[in-house]
Amino acid sequence: MKAVENIFLKGKHTLSGFEACAEGALSAGCRFLGYYPIRPSFEIIERFINRCSDVDGVFVQMEDEISALAAVLGASWTGRKSMTVTSGPGFSQMMEHVGLGVMLETPCVIIDVQRSGISEGLPNAVGGGDIMQARWGSHGDYEIIALAPNSPLEMFELTVRAFNFSERFRTPVVILSDVVIGRKKEEINIPDQKDIKIKKRKYYKGKKEDYLPFKYDEKDLIPPMVDIGQGCRFHVTGLTHDERGYPVMSDSCQEWNVHRLVNKIRLFSDQIIEVEEDQTEDADVVIVSYGATSLDAIKAVKQARDEGIKAGHLRLVTIWPFPEKRISELARKIDAFVVPEINYGQIFYEVERCSRGGAETLFVHHASSQVGQSADILKSIKKARGNNK
Amino acid sequence: MKASEEEKKHPMENLLRMDRIPHIWCPGCGIGNAVSAFAEAIKKIEYDLDEICVVSGIGCTGRVAGYIKTDSFHTTHGRGIAYATGVKLGNPKMKVIVISGDGDLSAIGGNHLVHAARRNIDLTVICVNNFIYAMTGGQVAPTTPRTAFTTTSPFGNFESPINIPRLAEAAGAVYVARWTALHMRRLTDSIVEALNKPGFSFVEVIAPCAMYYSRTNRLGDGLNMMKFYYDNSVIKHGEPTENVDIGFQEEIVIGKFIDRERPTFSESLKSWQQENKTGKQGGID
Repeated sequence: MKAVENIFLKGKHTLSGFEACAEGALSAGCRFLGYYPIRPSFEIIERFINRCSDVDGVFVQMEDEISALAAVLGASWTGRKSMTVTSGPGFSQMMEHVGLGVMLETPCVIIDVQRSGISEGLPNAVGGGDIMQARWGSHGDYEIIALAPNSPLEMFELTVRAFNFSERFRTPVVILSDVVIGRKKEEINIPDQKDIKIKKRKYYKGKKEDYLPFKYDEKDLIPPMVDIGQGCRFHVTGLTHDERGYPVMSDSCQEWNVHRLVNKIRLFSDQIIEVEEDQTEDADVVIVSYGATSLDAIKAVKQARDEGIKAGHLRLVTIWPFPEKRISELARKIDAFVVPEINYGQIFYEVERCSRGGAETLFVHHASSQVGQSADILKSIKKARGNNK
Repeated sequence: MKASEEEKKHPMENLLRMDRIPHIWCPGCGIGNAVSAFAEAIKKIEYDLDEICVVSGIGCTGRVAGYIKTDSFHTTHGRGIAYATGVKLGNPKMKVIVISGDGDLSAIGGNHLVHAARRNIDLTVICVNNFIYAMTGGQVAPTTPRTAFTTTSPFGNFESPINIPRLAEAAGAVYVARWTALHMRRLTDSIVEALNKPGFSFVEVIAPCAMYYSRTNRLGDGLNMMKFYYDNSVIKHGEPTENVDIGFQEEIVIGKFIDRERPTFSESLKSWQQENKTGKQGGID
């Protein structure tokens, strides 16, 4: 048997976004996949299953998506980096365990290939309706990290980054992808495995009997973790708990507990947020886009510039936490934002909120049938300029 | 004569979280018996406590994980088995036990019970069956016998109850037994057997709910109920599980119903993966 390193891809390969995502997960060190089959995300699952035996990865097809994410959380506590792969209806089922993952501070990655909703919707059509569900889907108050790739290369890179964030912040991280990016094939240059930055889980190093599961470090608000079977014999619960992990039914404990869960991400959002900007320096109108829509937005900006309109583009690489500061800054300089989405307005409301009346915000309903075309976006750019002359 | 420090200690102190005692269970509840039997069984199998993991769902019995001093998880309602599946597959060295109630395991978590048994995941499931949803206020459960009163069946339950041992057998469990909360030694021995059995083992414990089931049906205190279940049970090892339905205050068939061999999920996965290792340079493309 050859050395484990040999199984990782390196150099130039022509891969689809889905294949790149599975490769990214392997490179990031993912060794457990719990899933339930669903269109159109199964291509990631197939690739991962065929490849993971070589690195002693484990996979299990569960009876539904509720149990798929439950198994992922359980496996993550054994020290295995774990993920699940799903699409809209499955993502809806997973919500109860997104909450448990946040509460037990369990690192894991959820790959959500968005499809057209509502309910079963149009399974094979591209969608963008899970943006707010990723943010608010589980009950209670929490912060979440969500990333939106827009190319096969990013499917690889952001999957690695998602695992890194999940380990660094001890939280579930969502990849909000879609079928346009997933099925897109491109030649991508995969870095050597040893050059890929892998964030290690922060482990507890003290005496076993002194371990407190939720005693956190002041500097990053993250409690060090242990694995199941390490001998610390800890208890954790989805109930409001103290630093021992024991349930405490009091308002003050609720505040102590949830306050930090929110702040451990909110106060460090600068480390997470990434946006990609193009020609925003002198722009009058800025398109805010992500995922599949960003490909059409890029075209629309070029067309507008050709017509002499000062258009710019801000692409959200990180969806959550939302880049509030940058949107507010831009709102003071520009006339209008144009927000094309494959839904009826989700990120649009965030942009409108953050522009605080500083700039007009126009929504473009970019239907799944319009993906690949930029006419509707260009029209809105012109409308925005007309409104603000 | 003064008792030594050692004698003053609880005999199961190394397995219980003494800093969490007193527990939340009502006087006369049968869950304590199940926990005692479990603790005794753990002692008997002489397994390294560091390599035992207890997972619970939600409900009165769902609180058990919080009192056991091993790695333990109090998860979401009905999902204990699914969570435990991840734990077992993630670290096959662990002995993983799911302790939860009848509503948690057979209603909201029924599908997870079925499929973990079908896959023959190496787990031991201990189900404390008190015929009612107690934590939420005494509502009718899928296990509530016909005609029994609950807060949501004020005219008597008219639904047919589920026979959990039969479900477990049909799904593929390799070990299925049932005892009442007063059959302490037999229950303990059964849990020992279940823990030592590779694959999915299931032990049901018939226990009184002295708060709701007792009050709505006027069955006296918890001890009376325990005694009643004990006196009205009949041991029939190997009894076909289709004969072990439970009627309201009727005879309860107990014993070891199923003990058989099937390959476990982990064994099958491991051999499949060994065969399919490619070690290919650069993998598939």
